[in-house]
Amino acid sequence: MAQEESQLRGNAKIQAVHLRLGLLSGVVKEALLSSYEMACETTVLEGSRLVIEEIPVEIFCPTCQTARPAQSIQWFCCVECGTATCDILHGKELEVFALELEE
Amino acid sequence: MNPQPRMVEVRRNILKQNDVLAAALRERFRAEGILAVSLVSSPGSGKTAFLEETLKLLRPNYRVAALVGDLATENDAVRLARSGAPVKQITTGTLCHLEANMIQKALDDWDVGKLDFLFIENVGNLVCPSSYDLGEDLRLVLLSVTEGEDKPLKYPTIFNSADVAVITKIDLATAVEFDEAMADRNIQAVRPGMEVLKLSAKTGEGMAAYLQFLKRRWTGTRTVSAV
Repeated sequence: MAQEESQLRGNAKIQAVHLRLGLLSGVVKEALLSSYEMACETTVLEGSRLVIEEIPVEIFCPTCQTARPAQSIQWFCCVECGTATCDILHGKELEVFALELEE
Repeated sequence: MNPQPRMVEVRRNILKQNDVLAAALRERFRAEGILAVSLVSSPGSGKTAFLEETLKLLRPNYRVAALVGDLATENDAVRLARSGAPVKQITTGTLCHLEANMIQKALDDWDVGKLDFLFIENVGNLVCPSSYDLGEDLRLVLLSVTEGEDKPLKYPTIFNSADVAVITKIDLATAVEFDEAMADRNIQAVRPGMEVLKLSAKTGEGMAAYLQFLKRRWTGTRTVSAV
């Protein structure tokens, strides 16, 4: 994926990959960080950094009628009013959000 | 002097490829009137025994088949085949979960004919399967009474990704002092409103209610696809 994006931009060297990682994505930040360097060896990403932004779980609260953080990933309740809901707005992300390219 | 880096926004979903394949599978199942049901759980929670009974009980009246994922061995497929239903093993090697492309490939090489139910038994694992959509219409997460009531809190992501929780080996509940109320509370905490079925594949307790539930869902799928 990074290779495609790099080629699209004149084979620019990628300095960093910015990843958005939801707490409900099923992927662990530490595991990604520790394996990143090894996974990048001999690829266009060799020597690049991985920057991970963790995305907390946000739900749509049917009582407050607005987006609210969930109490935790074990407790799908609105932090304000405590209403339980499974209407998840954020927290499942696993996406390459941006690349830092060398000019 | 270091050149200034340039930020470019790409916003590419890493599992997009899997999600696209899964969506195509889901469409295909719906068009063919198949209810695709996947099973996830930890190893040893009773997926295979539960599925074997399910196949046996449905087979007199419905066309059923199963795909079963395992790292190694075909033991589960052999067990499931005793039900008389067509069964295909997907051996994943070192991979700890099934992905949509494995389902697609298994179905493409398999002339199984018309089906009413397709069951997909995932590799026993409560972590990675939660991230991979397989195109199923119904995902059951199994929790056996011997595992403890706090499994949902320890693995919220998989419980959250599933549609229905099935508490298995209920015949052993008293012996292991399983606290049903606590298990219910924990399930409702990680997935509010989740339907919970309690049963034993061994004694048959709760199996009738579960089959009724499956048949209702199957009828629902047919009604939608007929429109």
